[in-house]
Amino acid sequence: MSILIKKAIIINSTSMSKEPQDILIERGSIVKIAAKILDSADKTIEANGKYVLPGLVDLHCHLRDPGFEHKETIETGSRSAAKGGFTTIVCMPNTNPVIDNAKIVEGILKEAKRVGLVHVLPAGAITKGQKGEELADIMELKNAGCAALSDDGRTVHNSQLMRHALEYAKMANLLIMEHCEDPTVSRGSMNEGFYSTLLGLKGIPDIAETIIVARDIELARYLKTRIHFCHMSAKRSVELIRQAKAQGVAVTAESCPHHFSLTEEALQSFNTHTKVNPPLRTKEDVEAIKLGLKDGTIDCISTDHAPHAREEKELEFDASPVGMIGFETALGLAVRELVETKCITWSTLVEKMSFGPAKILGLQNKGEVAEGKDADIVIVDPQKEWVLKEEEIVSKSKNSPFIGQAFKGAVETTICSGKISYQAQ
Amino acid sequence: MIGWKHGDLLDLNDLTREDIETVIETAKAFKEVSTRDIKKVPALRGKTVVMLFAEPSTRTRISFELAAKRLSADTLNVTVSTSSTQKGETLLDMAKNIEAMNVDMIIVRHKSAGVPQVLARALKPGVINAGDGCRAHPTQALLDMFTIQEKLGRIEGLKVAIIGDILHSRVARSDIDGLVKMGAHVTLCGPSTLMPPGIERQGVGVTYKLDDVLPESDVLMFLRLQKERQEEKYLPSIREYVQHFGLTTERLKRAKKDVLVMHPGPVNRGVELSAEVADGINSVILEQVTNGVAVRMAILYLLFGKKEKVS
Repeated sequence: MSILIKKAIIINSTSMSKEPQDILIERGSIVKIAAKILDSADKTIEANGKYVLPGLVDLHCHLRDPGFEHKETIETGSRSAAKGGFTTIVCMPNTNPVIDNAKIVEGILKEAKRVGLVHVLPAGAITKGQKGEELADIMELKNAGCAALSDDGRTVHNSQLMRHALEYAKMANLLIMEHCEDPTVSRGSMNEGFYSTLLGLKGIPDIAETIIVARDIELARYLKTRIHFCHMSAKRSVELIRQAKAQGVAVTAESCPHHFSLTEEALQSFNTHTKVNPPLRTKEDVEAIKLGLKDGTIDCISTDHAPHAREEKELEFDASPVGMIGFETALGLAVRELVETKCITWSTLVEKMSFGPAKILGLQNKGEVAEGKDADIVIVDPQKEWVLKEEEIVSKSKNSPFIGQAFKGAVETTICSGKISYQAQ
Repeated sequence: MIGWKHGDLLDLNDLTREDIETVIETAKAFKEVSTRDIKKVPALRGKTVVMLFAEPSTRTRISFELAAKRLSADTLNVTVSTSSTQKGETLLDMAKNIEAMNVDMIIVRHKSAGVPQVLARALKPGVINAGDGCRAHPTQALLDMFTIQEKLGRIEGLKVAIIGDILHSRVARSDIDGLVKMGAHVTLCGPSTLMPPGIERQGVGVTYKLDDVLPESDVLMFLRLQKERQEEKYLPSIREYVQHFGLTTERLKRAKKDVLVMHPGPVNRGVELSAEVADGINSVILEQVTNGVAVRMAILYLLFGKKEKVS
């Protein structure tokens, strides 16, 4: 199968084509880019000056499969990701059973391949059962196809165990992605501060995050190894990471669209779709995250796509589970909150949502639209305005606080491994 | 009632100073009803009031029930012992079921903050918040203000100290809202570990020494201390708490002679207040309870007045 995309503005992390280009895709690869390609192809797409970006790469999502298929499955999650412009996603191991052995990894990879809409890369658990007690069989996870390790949802709280995890993962050449939350400090359902006082909800202070960020920076420095921080939400975390990077510690970090789009004030509605972990924080935190994205302290944007069924979210605020879906709004929010506000350029957006995360995972053929690279591509209409409607969400769950909001910049077509995985109507 | 436009009572943020004055005035009239031989007026005859209590409460529930009955409403108690989560039924489900039986008012108490808001948005009947989590307890604050007004003739300009576990107290939050709105000077006093972050932004002072506020206060409001706070490591010991924040006869000597000692109840005798102080001449604790019925009658009356106008 070959695809010819005509007259596209190609946006990479360091460049944007001045004139429209044609792109020829064959057998899953980009074979030719030129001002005018006359070769015939099985399918021709007229881009008419729309943007072509490398397929988006998400380092952090929850597909809930196996175990919680009422929230999402590999199939529905893949479809949602493709609609959002993603071609590679890393799914977190807090499934049931937990992704802590080869059998589970193989099952996920097999099903993802059958669905075939997006590259699904499982993150294996750092500890058996994500219990934080003993290391999972990390070499086995690596050999089975895990792209990274995480106990997401939990921090590896025992510092000695975390030290061994980092040492062992270094040997296995697997990246550890830490969910930073000191469980002894984190006891609530929203950011601790004036608004938690006002709303009478128990708080999660930013120190729940920063205590672990600081500890892990020290571990990475001491062990001369790398670590990746999941979903950074606090200003102080950005400062700690900035300082660590300046001192040469090998840390990378991600933030989520909701952490640069919403503040804790959104919780005043008691809409459980605003309940997320780490929690929505203050205006100062939001500004710091944006600055961190702009100056490179925060390497990438991840979705933390966390589907929950309607009956689970229609509970009391305290009782409702944390998380919101994110695939289908990630690009729209990044454009609206970062590009439209002139915080970053389209090229930087590509760096944060494709090139950067691909590099963190060591995926050398992804994250770039260039000859010889994988044909993972997303075509975006930068001018198209749209409104998020609940009935148009393709994820199995609809828990988004952004329903009803307007966006500019829409995914037209997603191509994964040279095949169309999503086409807007 | 002139100017009253609320169909729900969720917290005091929604009420203006005039609204609070209206409640106090209306309660004054209803207080008299409870002293009659026949303690009943026909104002809410034919109306159904459901009390949905998902957290243990004796005095608030009885107070609301008496208030509704003295206004001739039919009352129904729904006690939810387990959280709706465990039953596989959402809270909204249960509320919708109650609504489907054509009730007119739902009084809700819940351990989770925000529940009354969510119900009020989703349901047609009026909703009264009888206490939600650590967030609000508006009728308690209204009866506190009614009591102060009755005893001291005014609220504006008074110095009120609220003493104890502010962090976990919905009573404190609602009292702060109301008292500040009415022009009182409010100072919070309690252990630093039980002081909620950012509370100064509500226009109150904060101190950690009871002796600082004793001499100047016109009103001393004590909050119940849950014994679990020691296990939860907020406090070294109840003993030390009593030494620093408990009111004894000896300590009361440092206060104004006619200071009001208030407590939303139930009092931990020997903790927040010594038995002598709780029963002493400065204590208005039982009058708060009496006034609670009058204030809740006023609230029911005002809210129903609004609801009728709408339909």
